Amino acid sequence: MSAIPVLPPAEPWSLPSRGRVGMLSLIIGESGIFTIFVVAYIYYIGKSLSGPTPQQVLDIPLFNTICLLSSSVTIWLSERQIERGNMKAFGALWALTIALGIEFIIGTFLEWKKLIFVDGLTIHTNLFGTTFYSLVGLHATHVVVGLLMLTLVLIFALTGHLKESHCERIQVLALYWHFVDGVWVVVFTVVYIVGR
Amino acid sequence: MADQTLPIAGSLDITPPRVKERATAVEWLHEWVITTDHKRLGILYIVYATFFLLVGGLEAMLIRIQLIKPDNHFLSPGAFDQMFTMHGTTMVFLMGMPLLFGFANYLVPLMIGARDMAFPRLNAFSFWLTAFGGLLLYYSFIGGYGLYGMGNAPDVAWFAYAPLTERAFSPGHSTDYWALALIVSGFGTLGTAINIIATVLSMRCRGMTLLRMPLFVWLLFVVSGMTLVTITPLTACQIMLVIDRYLGGHFFDTQAGGSATIWAHFFWIFGHPEVYVLVLPAFAIENEVIPVFSRKAIFGYPAMVAASVGIAFISMGVWAHHMFTIGMTSVGNTFFVLSTMLVGIPTGIKIFNWLATIWGGKVQFRPPMLFATAFLFQFLIAGLTGIMLAVAPWDWQLHNSYFLIAHFHYVLVGAIVMAFFAGFYYWYPKIIGRMLDETLAKWHFWLFVIGFHITFDTMHFVGLLGMPRQIYTYEADRGWGTLNTVVSIGGFIQAIAVLIFAYNLIHSYFRGRIAGNDPWGGWTLEWSRPSPPPD
Repeated sequence: MSAIPVLPPAEPWSLPSRGRVGMLSLIIGESGIFTIFVVAYIYYIGKSLSGPTPQQVLDIPLFNTICLLSSSVTIWLSERQIERGNMKAFGALWALTIALGIEFIIGTFLEWKKLIFVDGLTIHTNLFGTTFYSLVGLHATHVVVGLLMLTLVLIFALTGHLKESHCERIQVLALYWHFVDGVWVVVFTVVYIVGR
Repeated sequence: MADQTLPIAGSLDITPPRVKERATAVEWLHEWVITTDHKRLGILYIVYATFFLLVGGLEAMLIRIQLIKPDNHFLSPGAFDQMFTMHGTTMVFLMGMPLLFGFANYLVPLMIGARDMAFPRLNAFSFWLTAFGGLLLYYSFIGGYGLYGMGNAPDVAWFAYAPLTERAFSPGHSTDYWALALIVSGFGTLGTAINIIATVLSMRCRGMTLLRMPLFVWLLFVVSGMTLVTITPLTACQIMLVIDRYLGGHFFDTQAGGSATIWAHFFWIFGHPEVYVLVLPAFAIENEVIPVFSRKAIFGYPAMVAASVGIAFISMGVWAHHMFTIGMTSVGNTFFVLSTMLVGIPTGIKIFNWLATIWGGKVQFRPPMLFATAFLFQFLIAGLTGIMLAVAPWDWQLHNSYFLIAHFHYVLVGAIVMAFFAGFYYWYPKIIGRMLDETLAKWHFWLFVIGFHITFDTMHFVGLLGMPRQIYTYEADRGWGTLNTVVSIGGFIQAIAVLIFAYNLIHSYFRGRIAGNDPWGGWTLEWSRPSPPPD
């Protein structure tokens, strides 16, 4: 009789988590949108026919940038806390992340207030205005959406609904926040360094 | 299915199914509206696409009636502009995209042994976004009096070039409907693409490594990846257009130093990969149909995977072959000539592999194979005229002529629609549980092929004689009259064929022969399930 077929020991079958894959795909797609706005910004540097130029009106938003980039660090720290089940520490760091994000939005708001009312730069003033407000505005919109999601999670955490078992989902959301920060690095470089 | 009422928790429920009470009409409708099941959403997408195939076809017929003879006045110039714009926009966004995502939705989970897509609710949300985007686009016909009393349907061509679309030159709302409807349906498309990627990477059954997946799944996975970086540039430039039109932006405003050319670049950065997004699913269907009806496994599976991925990447770098006449530098032109020719290589590999699959096989010319074979001939010719157009000086003569229209319809209709017909005949038995009538299928096939060639073969010559696209009429002394009449007659024949097909879909739903699990002898996982697969 021929040998009885013996199945090999079951190999581990591990696939990436769908939340992570989904979020990474979303990030790739969003990068596509941002790339087009960045390309338009770069293409139109120096091509405005009139009106305030970047050199004249743009101040480097150093404090805002430090806040936003630090929020990536605080969110990373909070992820480590929830992995270990320290829900209180997680909540504190998460709230700090939100606070830093809110500061960034307030800072952007104040910057735009100055640009519009003091320098007279609006989206229809010239090419610089159009490309600046679209690109920075698109980024700020993504920050706001991120803040809304983060706040929702904070509410869940404060009302005791967030458990250690949710840490995977927290990491997926944190991925989005890191993406938003990454985009800011690009936008900051293009607008405030290259473009000036 | 696991049932908590059984003595052993989690065990299979093998009680025979109860006869379900008949649902009322409202309950039935409700079920379909709230469904998150990939099979139902797939059917919704396919029905939606088939409806708009007929609508887009009607728009084409109106165009052909207007052009059937010189100096015709069946349609006013404004109405004609709306017809060709809506025909193109409908066929690409409301027919092609939903159809491919419909097939993907239905088949990908079945083929990889997954229970459903990765994100079922996102799936439903994406479908309804796409659907409402389409309805918004068509609302334009009745929304408002419009400039000349014809409603506000988009009339700026499907690629909506700036500066025509700027407020100054399109004061009505036609452009707004175009931009907003496509932004909305674009988000739906993005959602489905994300879903497919997550499903393929995260939900394959045990043992199905990536290199054991059916090629259909591979190609739709590649298509979804492409979609992420293809649709998003379109969304971006449409947002820019809306900013220009409503917030006084200057993205495409030449008076303020902006550039209308940049619209063309951004649009075609979307537009060229988009046509590959449309054609790769046609390849996917060919990859399933040809082996089964040749009774032979696909020749060169790894090469097919590599060629598909190669096509995806190279197609991202050829967009400006749509812009040879816009005034790029000779270096720019040459780069795009070469990249466009380069994309022909992996495509050629695929054609040779299909031929090698058929060679030595026991071929059965059932309806799916009829359409799949016609695809091979027609896609080859389409590719050849494409390579001709890739040669920039040739394109300088024939850009935006009817030669170009003949080329891209050869791909879109002769190849893509043909492959989708093959897919319909192949998978309808699985989805509905009944076979499509074969006699009607043969009438559909032969009428369509004959009509297709009468129209589009002739159209090449009209183009070579100099007839440009998007003109609402032409003078009698041009020498284009007879050829245009021939083209139009071929169009009417194709219309009859498609109506036969639509009738077949409905007739066979009630009277088709019961299909059973595997009427064609296929070997991918969906054929191991009953027809239709239970929920």
